[in-house]
Amino acid sequence: MLEILSKGFRDVRSHLQGMRTITEENLSDALQMIRVSLLEADVEFRVAGAFLDRVKEKALGDIVLTRVKHKEKKLRVSPGDHFIKLCHDELIRLMGPEDSSLTLRTRPVSSIMMVGLQGSGKTTTAAKLAKYLSRTGKYPMLVAADVYRPAAVQQLVKLGSDLGVPVFTDGGASPPEICGRSLEDAYRKGCNVTIFDTAGRLTIDEPLMDELRLIQEKTAPDDILLVCDAMIGQESVNIANAFNERIKLTGFILTKLDGDARGGAAISIKEATGVPIKFVGMGEGLDRLEEFRPDGLASRILGFGDVVGLVKDFEEVVDEKKAEEDALRMLQGQFDLSDFLNQIKTIKKMGPLQDVVEKLPFFSGGIPDAAKTDDYELVRMESMISSMTPAERRRPEIIDESRVRRIAQGSGRKESEVKELLGKFKDMRDLMFAMGGGKLRGRWKRMKGVRNLFGGGLDGGIGADHPMMGSGGPLGMPEVGRGKVVSRKALEKRRKKSKEAKKARKKARKR
Amino acid sequence: MSQENQEKKGFFGRIFGREKTAVVEEAPGGGVVVEMIEACGTEPGNDKMGLAEQEGASDANAKEAEQDFTRLVAGLSKTRSGFIRSLDKVFLGRRELDATIASHLEEALVRADIGVKTAYELLESVTERVKRKELADRGAVMGHLKAVIYDILSQVESPMQTADGPEPFVVMVVGVNGSGKTTTIAKIAARHKTAGHKVLLVAGDTFRAAAVDQIEVWAERLGCPVAKGKDKADPSSVVFEGLRQAMDDATHLVLVDTAGRLHTRTPLMDQLKKIRRTMEKQLPGAPHETLLVIDASTGQNAILQAKTFNEALPITGLALTKLDGASKGGVLVGISNELKIPIRYVGIGEKMDDLRDFNARDFVEALFAEKDHNR
Ligand SMILES: Nc1nc2c(ncn2[C@@H]2O[C@H](COP(=O)(O)OP(=O)(O)OP(=O)(O)O)[C@@H](O)[C@H]2O)c(=O)[nH]1
Ligand SMILES: Nc1nc2c(ncn2[C@@H]2O[C@H](COP(=O)(O)OP(=O)(O)OP(=O)(O)O)[C@@H](O)[C@H]2O)c(=O)[nH]1
Ligand SMILES: [Mg+2]
Ligand SMILES: [Mg+2]
Repeated sequence: MLEILSKGFRDVRSHLQGMRTITEENLSDALQMIRVSLLEADVEFRVAGAFLDRVKEKALGDIVLTRVKHKEKKLRVSPGDHFIKLCHDELIRLMGPEDSSLTLRTRPVSSIMMVGLQGSGKTTTAAKLAKYLSRTGKYPMLVAADVYRPAAVQQLVKLGSDLGVPVFTDGGASPPEICGRSLEDAYRKGCNVTIFDTAGRLTIDEPLMDELRLIQEKTAPDDILLVCDAMIGQESVNIANAFNERIKLTGFILTKLDGDARGGAAISIKEATGVPIKFVGMGEGLDRLEEFRPDGLASRILGFGDVVGLVKDFEEVVDEKKAEEDALRMLQGQFDLSDFLNQIKTIKKMGPLQDVVEKLPFFSGGIPDAAKTDDYELVRMESMISSMTPAERRRPEIIDESRVRRIAQGSGRKESEVKELLGKFKDMRDLMFAMGGGKLRGRWKRMKGVRNLFGGGLDGGIGADHPMMGSGGPLGMPEVGRGKVVSRKALEKRRKKSKEAKKARKKARKR
Repeated sequence: MSQENQEKKGFFGRIFGREKTAVVEEAPGGGVVVEMIEACGTEPGNDKMGLAEQEGASDANAKEAEQDFTRLVAGLSKTRSGFIRSLDKVFLGRRELDATIASHLEEALVRADIGVKTAYELLESVTERVKRKELADRGAVMGHLKAVIYDILSQVESPMQTADGPEPFVVMVVGVNGSGKTTTIAKIAARHKTAGHKVLLVAGDTFRAAAVDQIEVWAERLGCPVAKGKDKADPSSVVFEGLRQAMDDATHLVLVDTAGRLHTRTPLMDQLKKIRRTMEKQLPGAPHETLLVIDASTGQNAILQAKTFNEALPITGLALTKLDGASKGGVLVGISNELKIPIRYVGIGEKMDDLRDFNARDFVEALFAEKDHNR
């Protein structure tokens, strides 16, 4: 499905290619394609409609500038790109502004109430928030206000003890009483924020919805956060509205975005209620709570890779220079197992590998199976690579059966796992090499899909043969010669040269 | 590629001031919509016009069925996106299916989470028939839509049959996080306890906080034994021990809980495969049922869930939970149309007797239910 959808967008681009202005006719097909994509992303029907009306109005009559200046660079823009950018920007605008702030005004103890449907992730997210707040210097307390679900209290108690955060429980009391009492207890214990974990409830369950109102009346929480599963379908808007009408929400949190749900609920809920998205849940681990960033999700809803997100992740973890050098190595297909290990370590800091890989624009059609790896695998890989000698890391080719056996023993892994790692490493190296402009090698050559990932222009290698491609690689990395280590200085030189050559060619063509 | 194409740079490169070499493939012409409509070449319709002629439930079950139905409908009637209400608008005083009507129909279908792709398929067959003057009014179009959806769903309506052999019947329950696996297990167990079967619960979720406590609370309420391992134990080992216990104790039914996992998590999917292999080794033929639990409020992602879990395991049955809520689980139509996996159960509440066998007719009726339907 994802494939169809991102293809949809490529179609939009080609559709508008070569036109100078955007008119009603040439726009209608493009709009229809975007509409399908939004609906497939579970954007609520009417929200999708309103969104399209707005971008249509904005786009109509736009005379598309063929050149724009961006960050000191002159760029050529096609109407297709222009239109997609418009959609992208509009999505960002509607989901924004970025605002992960919590109110937490009441002194001495402020409170946050978590609400939502059954199984949406309230309890887990309450614990994640507690962790998040501790890091910002607060003293949170978790409050077990779900007295219905079997072992809901134990779940929160366990999470609290994992975090070292106190948990308030009161077996016999009603949820409003529990929340009320927790405030006093928090004060006594020197906590300054309480987080109420309420039971999951359906919006059509009157008594339970009323219970929320009672909690609110009793405790006047500073923040009321709706916890919503990112996989939710068209009911997102009605559900958010139902909660918002009953107890004024101050924000919502979208959970389980670590999967492949496109997360259309984000725009739907924001549009319908005006309530800001505060955080997103990116996994079951208690550190998997991220502040919400509209730009990343906009690309995802539209079906593009999250390029900005990737770049930002890279920047946060390593300095730009190192990232550039690392990427350089990867793209030359020359990196060895030590680089691989470094990559793994870097990537581990960045979060689940799959998230990272999915953010690469090349994979908008889904990750090829062979390139799939995961966190657990990272740990395994790390242990195996650590058991290799420097020579083996430099030249994995020398690893024969007996070396495989030794590495397996050293790392406590199976021989088959070591072989698998070597195979994967090779695949990855070949793939990166191809991305950097090299020829497809190894098993990738036989895979049709991979070629398409590169726009079908891979056979000769993208880099040198195609004039305009020369100046940039993925991630905006400088051009890389095929299979040769290039110093930064040499690279600069080359970049300049290719720019000049480009100019010359253009001139020649004009004549 | 033309010269022009070669010169294009990545869209993101332009927006964000970075450039990339990978140019996405430009499919020549043809929108995605066209493709989808083409893809649905086979017309699902037959000539059943409405479901009135379908056989009703047997008298003995009639009353219970009626209550269930009311409950299913109750959820819907309170939402403001009732399927019928949108359809009503569609046909107000019109006799012909024009573009506006088609788009209203599409809205009704999409908003029931049936999905754009399936909605287009369904609409295609309606449009065709209107053109051929086979469907002339609201009743006819409705009847046709119902019949087509019923046709898809009735093919997968298939309650779970536990064999009455000497060996335990093993059910492995899987699904994404929070879909309702553990609760559904408790509900299935309750049913079989009532029927006098010996049931064992296996606490195969060793990962989530208090998952074992949760299943233990249920077991205590049910009066069932639980097989459990140590905290954070390998689920396969817990399952291995559980099956041994079941075989020793001449248990009829073994219900194996597993930790919730997103289908995109390769190692976790591998872990499921391993659990499955462990069962097979311990008891050839096990698991006899691999049940995927899907939350009815899930949107289009449910199709990916069904596909991916099915590829990994395969899935032999589906359970749709939380149907007592506002969402009607329309995504089941798309899943059934594509994958044809038997649908076993629907969950209609949090209590242990809130489980029903999936019934295609009730499901379709609830999907199309009038606002203040009283039946
Ligand atoms: N993958 C993933 N799983 C999550 C995330 N947030 C929560 N979960 C999982 O979702 C499941 C349900 O989470 P809970 O926190 O128990 O949900 P809840 O809303 O408290 O559930 P009820 O109290 O029963 O209504 C658990 O398996 C969690 O581990 C997330 O961001 N990503
Ligand atoms: N209203 C309603 N709630 C349900 C239904 N089935 C399950 N639930 C609720 O949904 C929440 C999650 O149910 P669980 O059975 O814990 O889900 P799970 O799939 O085992 O969750 P994890 O193990 O965390 O992945 C609980 O609050 C259940 O009470 C149902 O049919 N209707
Ligand atoms: Mg909870
Ligand atoms: Mg569970």
